[in-house]
Amino acid sequence: MRVSADPLAAPRAIGGRAPDVFKPGGWVEMRSYAEDDVVDFVVIGTGAGGGPLIARLAEQGFSVIGFDAGPYFRPLEDFASDEAEQQKLYWLDQRIIDGGNPIRMGGKNSGKAVGGSTVHFAMVSLRFRPEWFKSRSALGYGADWPLDWREMWDYYTRAEKALSIAGPVNYPWGPKRPRYPYRPHELNGAAELLARGAEAMGYKWTATPLATVSAPHGNSPPCVYRGFCRFGCSTNAKQSQLVTFIPRAIAAGAEIRDLAMVGRVETGPDGRATGVHYHREGRWRFQKARNIVVAGYAIETPRLLLASANDRYPDGLANSSGLVGKNLMTQSNQAVWGVMDKEVRWNKGPPSLAITEHWNYDDRKNFQGGYCWMAQGPLPVEWATVVTGSRKLWGAPLREQMMQYNHQVGLKMVGEMLPSERNQVTLTDEVDQYGLRIPRITYSWSDNDKALIQHALGEMQTSLELVGATDIFRQEDDTNHLAGTARMGSDPRSSVVSADCRSWDIPNLWICDGSVFPTVGGVNPSLTITAIALRTADRIKALATRGEL
Amino acid sequence: MTERYPGYDVLAKRRTPSWNEQTRQVIDHRLAITREPRYLLPELFNILDAVCARIVPQPGDRPPVPLAALVDTKLYTNMQDGFRYAEMPEQGEAWRRGLAALDEAALAHYEKRFPQISGEQQDDILRRMERGELSGGALGDMPAQMFFAHRVLLDIVSAYYAHPTAWSEFGFGGPASPRGYVRMGLDRRDPWEAVEAKPGEEETARHENARVR
Repeated sequence: MRVSADPLAAPRAIGGRAPDVFKPGGWVEMRSYAEDDVVDFVVIGTGAGGGPLIARLAEQGFSVIGFDAGPYFRPLEDFASDEAEQQKLYWLDQRIIDGGNPIRMGGKNSGKAVGGSTVHFAMVSLRFRPEWFKSRSALGYGADWPLDWREMWDYYTRAEKALSIAGPVNYPWGPKRPRYPYRPHELNGAAELLARGAEAMGYKWTATPLATVSAPHGNSPPCVYRGFCRFGCSTNAKQSQLVTFIPRAIAAGAEIRDLAMVGRVETGPDGRATGVHYHREGRWRFQKARNIVVAGYAIETPRLLLASANDRYPDGLANSSGLVGKNLMTQSNQAVWGVMDKEVRWNKGPPSLAITEHWNYDDRKNFQGGYCWMAQGPLPVEWATVVTGSRKLWGAPLREQMMQYNHQVGLKMVGEMLPSERNQVTLTDEVDQYGLRIPRITYSWSDNDKALIQHALGEMQTSLELVGATDIFRQEDDTNHLAGTARMGSDPRSSVVSADCRSWDIPNLWICDGSVFPTVGGVNPSLTITAIALRTADRIKALATRGEL
Repeated sequence: MTERYPGYDVLAKRRTPSWNEQTRQVIDHRLAITREPRYLLPELFNILDAVCARIVPQPGDRPPVPLAALVDTKLYTNMQDGFRYAEMPEQGEAWRRGLAALDEAALAHYEKRFPQISGEQQDDILRRMERGELSGGALGDMPAQMFFAHRVLLDIVSAYYAHPTAWSEFGFGGPASPRGYVRMGLDRRDPWEAVEAKPGEEETARHENARVR
């Protein structure tokens, strides 16, 4: 098999063609627009939010260009089975972190590639609990979403179908949902142990709905359980944006520009957005557009809006509420680990094959928010950093602990953290390789966040004890996923965008990614981001039909 | 430490359907890494080498993983983490200051340079750093504790456990594309996974591991 030249060296989606991700060395035809063409939509970011939006807008007849700062990978040629090499999928540009509990950025909360972080995400595809869309009025914390859960339920169904989600026939929690499009994956040893532990505690569990196919779909073969699933999938079983909505977008006439970093959104004399300044092939360029959608996720989205400040909008674009960059949320991702007599070999298959959402749906607890936990299977480098970070082991004790690798078992939570305005993204005066100001990410856990984490650690530890694990220890410091920083709402004074992801201040400026979440929930956010993007595309079409764009 | 996976060599699968061409190239490159420092000056590189030997001590009966060279390569190629604690300088600067601080502490406590003191004395200096007891001097305003946790441990340990020699040692199945794995459940082993030696059955395991392909 030929191995392609460095995708970071020069753009691949250029000159009227883009890589065919399903065929080594192959190309697909791609429409290309001139910079003077005033396209209907420029979408900045091609991940879980940008990807579906670009595809659906193009399919509905709009002219669209999708920009991504990252490279256009060819999964069959560019992805080694190797933790260190695959760091290339992450957003590794400099960010300054501070606060009481700084968020370590990288693989668990960022991506720099066409397809965004879905190229390396762990494929966990969960729905919100319905009450989370009204968490202020229904549950007493956070903020209400301007969305109705019943409408979201339909968009979840559409997202699950588009991504061929493999999951159970009956999901144990929440209102009825259709059976998943693809059959669930079999359990590995780590997932069997989650199931046994949950049953011993009287909790329900299920096979985790995953975005990797359990049977062939289009050009994707079924998952072979190679286990390097938090990295690029080298067989195309993983239903990332790169192999789902992006090919659809190109087929429908959208253009994708890789290695194209947008540094500033321009506004005109009437206050409306007019286009984007972007860096590609060594120089700054300008693309005109009628509408601009920012979909860079919870750090890059506010960074771009703040960096686009001008005389008319001195505090940044879409920021009359003062909330751009505020209410950053991550999710608690603590874990409990132990050793089994039996061989577990947790590296086989996707890492999160079983889940219990018990504490997302049971409100008999003394803190706000919910959490789930999943089976785990960290690969050697990640596992070694867990051991050094949590147990402070080095020297001979570290090597001895690592010898237990094939017997380790673990449970890891995804927990809800509450929004707070002091958790935020701001700009420093240092600049990056593009000459753009580096973001500062400030984060501290609240007492409620800490109470939720302690509850979860206790529960997960009980589960491990009940399956006979020994040498149990807790990993207390980890977080993953991001949300907030440009929340949606129904009042322009307390939100950045409307339910349609349209900014209150600039009617042709939109935001469509996890930044718009008013609350983050206790499940992985990607499916909700995709569902919102599908809804936004429909709303844009409806508004256009009424002449309200 | 007794051998738990005697005779298992993850590299024996290099030409099997468990390793695709991309993976072969990446690992070949890692194995061929230059042993000479390219980023750190020789004096600091020697200190780093001594630190690596304490953080991940390696057995004498096999070629060592060149940890100092791997860390130096990370700095030389400017492979970033994606974040920087506000209290910390960028990684190259952090390493230069931190290694010089270890040398200063060795001179202060043992009147010799860090590479010249005994292993136990080196551990003592490293523990002082881990506990945050070193300050000032070459460290400047960098917190010793943070340097130890977020540079020393992270960079050295990540380098070691990204190396096939480490994978063979603890029986990691390793790369598996396109073949993947089949026997997913508890206590199940695919024929291309390492065989663990039960006590007293090391020779049987060694024989089996010779056939792991």
